[in-house]
Amino acid sequence: MSTAAIASSPEKPAPAKGIRWLHGEEARGLAMISPTLLYALALLLVPVLLVIAYSFWTQNYLEIDRTFTFENYRLALTEPIYRDLFVRSLWISMLTSAITVVFSYPIAWYISFHGGPHKNLWLFLVTIPCWTSYLLRVMSWKVILGYGGVLNTGLMAAGVIDQPITSLLYNANAVVITLVHSWAAFAILPIYVSLQKIDRSLIEAARDLGDGAVRSFLRVTLPLSMPGVISAFLIVMIPTVGDYVTPKLVGGKDGVMIATAIQAQFGKSANWPLGAALSVTTMVLVSLAAAAVVLSLRFAVRRLR
Amino acid sequence: MLQRIRFLPFLPLYVAIYFLFLYLPILLLPVFSFNDAATTTFPLAGFTTKWYASLWGNSVLLQAARNSLVVGVCVSLLSTILGICAARAITRYRFRGQRAAGGLIMAPLFLPEIIVAVSLLMIALQFGLQLSLVTVILGQVVFCIPYSMSVLVSGFEGFDRSLEEASYDLGETAFGTFRRVTLPVVAPAIVSSLLVTFTISLDEFILAFFLSGTEPTLPVYIWGQLRFAAKLPGVLALGSLMILASVVLLTVAEVLRRRAERRTQAALAH
Amino acid sequence: MSDRPMISIENVSRYYGVYKALDDVSLQIGEGEFFSLLGPSGCGKTTLLRSIAGFDVPTSGEIRIDGVASTLLPANRRPTNMVFQNYAIFPHLDVGENVAYGLKRLRLDAAEERRRVADALDQVRLTGLDRRKANELSGGQRQRVALARALVMRPKVLLLDEPLSALDKKLREQMQVELRSLQQAVGITFILVTHDQYEALALSDRIAVMFGGCIAQVATPKEIYQHPRTRKVADFLGGMNFLRARLLADRKGDVSVDAAKFGTVNLAKPVGFTTSDGHVTVGIRPERLRLLWDDEKAPHELTGRVENRAYFGEVTHLTIGVDGLEQPLSMVETNDYGADDLPVGAEIRLAYDPDAFVLLADDEMGLRAR
Repeated sequence: MSTAAIASSPEKPAPAKGIRWLHGEEARGLAMISPTLLYALALLLVPVLLVIAYSFWTQNYLEIDRTFTFENYRLALTEPIYRDLFVRSLWISMLTSAITVVFSYPIAWYISFHGGPHKNLWLFLVTIPCWTSYLLRVMSWKVILGYGGVLNTGLMAAGVIDQPITSLLYNANAVVITLVHSWAAFAILPIYVSLQKIDRSLIEAARDLGDGAVRSFLRVTLPLSMPGVISAFLIVMIPTVGDYVTPKLVGGKDGVMIATAIQAQFGKSANWPLGAALSVTTMVLVSLAAAAVVLSLRFAVRRLR
Repeated sequence: MLQRIRFLPFLPLYVAIYFLFLYLPILLLPVFSFNDAATTTFPLAGFTTKWYASLWGNSVLLQAARNSLVVGVCVSLLSTILGICAARAITRYRFRGQRAAGGLIMAPLFLPEIIVAVSLLMIALQFGLQLSLVTVILGQVVFCIPYSMSVLVSGFEGFDRSLEEASYDLGETAFGTFRRVTLPVVAPAIVSSLLVTFTISLDEFILAFFLSGTEPTLPVYIWGQLRFAAKLPGVLALGSLMILASVVLLTVAEVLRRRAERRTQAALAH
Repeated sequence: MSDRPMISIENVSRYYGVYKALDDVSLQIGEGEFFSLLGPSGCGKTTLLRSIAGFDVPTSGEIRIDGVASTLLPANRRPTNMVFQNYAIFPHLDVGENVAYGLKRLRLDAAEERRRVADALDQVRLTGLDRRKANELSGGQRQRVALARALVMRPKVLLLDEPLSALDKKLREQMQVELRSLQQAVGITFILVTHDQYEALALSDRIAVMFGGCIAQVATPKEIYQHPRTRKVADFLGGMNFLRARLLADRKGDVSVDAAKFGTVNLAKPVGFTTSDGHVTVGIRPERLRLLWDDEKAPHELTGRVENRAYFGEVTHLTIGVDGLEQPLSMVETNDYGADDLPVGAEIRLAYDPDAFVLLADDEMGLRAR
């Protein structure tokens, strides 16, 4: 290509690294994060690895037999009681997250598009109930939904019903209602963030190109806010699978979830390996369920366009 | 306005109902804590403060409150210090493995809490640690760092890197720069993180339940009381006080966080 | 330039992975010089400035400041001070505290510190504003605070990272004048990073033009504008009409080329200039072409026709098509004689000076400042 050039000096040899690296970002960044990282390694990663190790061992009265075995997993997956608990836990957590996301989306949308100058105040008001004690909130739902509770006595005093409704408390519905309440803000925040990121002129462009309000919402706003919807779904679903307090307090016999069984292995029954296997199985199942949800939500959105 | 949709008039109504749903449970506790009856039924029986008065004489409860306070202070300090390191590393530097490290630190947000609790219980007993407030503190710090980090990262992100460079450039050392520039500018975010993690620790139940041994924190104490119907009004009074404390702490944290945001924004040109 | 340069950059390279931000840059800047690093974004000028300040460590090479090897010296131990692009005014301190920030480490007595702060504020014409909060300042005031904060340290070198880019046009032009007179008043070396060629031309004693991590040319503003060494430098510093010309004679210090309709032109030849296929690129600035009115005569003239006209107030930019030239010529004409009224399609005559042509290297590969 070139026809005329000014003669160049020869290339210099490749640069040496070493001490200059220590002055660089990489070394400083690693040094800076290492205390926290080591803490997380020691008290999060190592414990989880220990749980996984335990799940392949056997309890022999007070001793631990460290021969590798799948027995605990066989038990966890074939015992009808555990199978039922897994199915119910997954079902309740998915139902909870679906309901939470569906009911929270309009709130996030409202704050993002019509929150005016006080969006931060709205968000703060949404998060306040979530920060108060979880235990107390569950207790409060027990007070509301109980046989002699607020809802029943209130409705009776108002003359709407003659007899207390017995089906309010101690079942799966009570668990779902309580969990939806607990996790509302955790669903609103990610959806709100992804709605905020949407360039408003994109929606105007959709309107300009002839879409009505509903169609532009379905074809532009909703797909673009999907990352928020997906993370909202996951952030609710994964922790609720292992919830202990809610089923224990308001679930009754029909609302028992897997956490109760796990806790039992570390309490009365004292079978740590089985408890570990139940924990690991819970994590694996919820990860699979999460992956399935993500894929199906993505697929559903692609169909919308 | 951007979107005038037909169903829009219903939206404010929906928002109102949603907020009622959110706030009803936490407002009911204080209402019944002043009710002159041992049961939580309508109509209300009458006003009393005797449930609150009964709290004072209860030495087990006061001990649990002291435990909670000790745990809360330690947890908030530790997790905020560790959160500062991580948040600064994430916002200020780029290095290999950054995403993985950040992911691990934030992981407790995405794990069922019972599994974190079980694994911590196992590691504590494996290494022969006596279950005590110390194990609760160690465990709650794992759980609080992600929250501390999110507060601090948003505080640090607005922090303009060139402020620190300007300080070095004017002859200040790394430590002097941290003390004279970084700390004063991000102080509100740090205080906000302290308050948020203290509140989480105060209200946290599962980890404390598994790791506290014979020294209950307030939520563990409440859990023990829930079996006895007669104790309910006292628990309601205690719960109301805890909710009040949480709301106050969080409001202060929010005000500080916003002040921090305004301040870091003011540092930029334009 | 004095015997010993204030800043000496020796074969400095900076790699980010495989990306070369600086590629074997060598440069010397004298004491008391107003020096500009000029180039498009991503050319390495800011990386070079930050290496001098101590915020970036070169992958290889050496930086000397006032004779001291400083490559690995931290920023707080260098006799340089910087004015940041966004000014980096400490938001928790007022104006006086900002300016006194660096003095605090010198442990001066209180009266001396106050005096130096007041002097620095006088110097940038912010007298009496020392109790103002950072967020109560306008853009121009922030810039002055940043200047005062750096100058109060009495640095040997003041580094300015695009200090005027955040200001609007009018304020920018006013600050250019002030910056130049400030530099002459304090008499220290200023190094300015800018992408604005007019700013560099107006302010500097010398300019280094950078592309792709390399220095393409170092020279005085006049030299660099009138005798750019490469096509790219010529293009970056303003409008230029480029022509391919056939090489007629290649002598030791100059060449003769056949510049199509412009006839035979003799050009000075830069050191190291080579050509392989018997063609070279030559260029002439638009303002060196001049319209001929009525029966005015000139020793060298061409005829053409107006293809486009753009009115700029005091001048008019014309695009002139000339038969036998591949590209139309652009030219700038004052509006004294009615260039702004020339209709598109009008036949015109234009005069040119063959000495105004420059010989340009096509290729910046391997270009080094000498």
